[in-house]
Amino acid sequence: MIKVTFIEHDGTQRSVEATDGNSLMLAAVSNSVPGIDADCGGCCSCGTCHVYVNEQWLDKLKPMDEDEEDMLDMVDERRSNSRLACQITVREHLDGLVVTTPEFQF
Amino acid sequence: MTAKETQMADTITAEFSRTPSKWSMVGRNPRIIPIEDIDLSHPGIWEKNEHMPFLKRLREECPVHFCRRSAVGPYWSVMKHADIMEVDTSPAIYSSEPTIGIVDILPEFDAPSFIAMDPPRHNDQRKVVQPVVAPENLKKLSATIRERAAGILDELPVKEEFDWVERVSIDLTTRMLATLFDFPFEDRYKLTYWSDMATAIPGGGVAESHEHRWRVMLECLERFTELRNQRVNEPPRADLLSMLAHGEATRDMPPMEFLGNILLLVVGGNDTTRNSISGGVLALNKFPDEYEKLRRDPSLIPNMVSEIIRWQTPLAYMRRTAKIDTELRGQQIKAGDKIVMWYASGNRDPEMFDRPDDFRIDRPNARRHVSFGFGIHRCMGNRLAELQLRILWEEILKRFHRVEVTGEPTRVYSSFIHGYSKLPVVLHPL
Repeated sequence: MIKVTFIEHDGTQRSVEATDGNSLMLAAVSNSVPGIDADCGGCCSCGTCHVYVNEQWLDKLKPMDEDEEDMLDMVDERRSNSRLACQITVREHLDGLVVTTPEFQF
Repeated sequence: MTAKETQMADTITAEFSRTPSKWSMVGRNPRIIPIEDIDLSHPGIWEKNEHMPFLKRLREECPVHFCRRSAVGPYWSVMKHADIMEVDTSPAIYSSEPTIGIVDILPEFDAPSFIAMDPPRHNDQRKVVQPVVAPENLKKLSATIRERAAGILDELPVKEEFDWVERVSIDLTTRMLATLFDFPFEDRYKLTYWSDMATAIPGGGVAESHEHRWRVMLECLERFTELRNQRVNEPPRADLLSMLAHGEATRDMPPMEFLGNILLLVVGGNDTTRNSISGGVLALNKFPDEYEKLRRDPSLIPNMVSEIIRWQTPLAYMRRTAKIDTELRGQQIKAGDKIVMWYASGNRDPEMFDRPDDFRIDRPNARRHVSFGFGIHRCMGNRLAELQLRILWEEILKRFHRVEVTGEPTRVYSSFIHGYSKLPVVLHPL
């Protein structure tokens, strides 16, 4: 089992089990993790599953493609570790992944 | 304008106007009309509220439909939720240029704006104004919205018929818009006028002709230019005009582009929320059990807001233009073809929404509606729109047992703006 942790902007932590091959967004939504809206259902087209990836995990993720780059271009408070959770596929090597959710999805 | 272009403009005006037109589908039987003759672009069926069976027939029988002949020329209609998502998220294939309206624009009447631009210009210009609706700013605005909503509701007559559109929907959204622009508050009714005129079909009742519409648009440009010139000489502030005046990608805009972006923000921040405010009242009256559910559990308001926006679909469509030859659901689309994504149909697609014509305030996937569009052009003001609707309904529930619709609404003569110009109601206090 792969474990991922979501930290809310106020510090509340939630660790949930994620399924190998599913997106990080799905892990959040199917475990009712607040702070992830995912309006488009996971096709990189709304920017409402924005997360900040804990620095130590950044280089373990597949680099983002142009579509994700374009959507992140529109989000509020983008940082260097911003990613869209629907574009992160959870795999064994990401066991223990930690991300922070922004105060608002925009 | 060449003689031919003038003639073209006049033809479209005549064919789209209220006078009986061979293009109108009003009164035609949606089930027996040959499918290739169905034309959703003419405003007639939308005003008469006869459009839904036409949308359903195309969705079921020909979900990517080619209309060969119409007042606005040939165009494709995309009817299903999944296909709309595909088109909306493929800007490299389906361009937003030259325009997102079904009617091609003559160069003389063109006011370009970022909604009708592709990257990178789109992104550069949008980023200038987006902070006005960023979460931080919305937090500041929410107290103002609540105060205004309360003020408007407290002034309303009870147990006496009045027009909800005028007294509530227009008033609340126009005040908000004046605030976002920091537009002189006492002149705010002009914003409503310009918004209605910007989307008006010449001959449709609001604008008499193309020239009339354009004259009013130039008045709007003049007023906003005056205000921008004031802002340029002041330190940057958090209003839209100041942002446009100081933003690197927008400060040197040619006048027509400035007008285009002003109109985009005026229409985007006005009509859409206005018609969702009215549409919500209508929906709750058509589905009284849902109204009862809402009274029992006001915590359903945020989800209801999404459901209102789905059910109403305040903008019926967005248009794209194919940049290259492509294929969609087996149909061969050629470079240069017009493609119309009918959001009003995608939001009623049973493959996405269970019993789609029902208004269900606790619908689990209401947020998957396409009313805001998806992809890089996704509605910039979506969170502000939701906030205004949420606060308004919270304040309504504190005061009134029921907002009762007491007559048929008057619908806007447009296949783009899907809304109401009048909605008679009577208020029943708690």
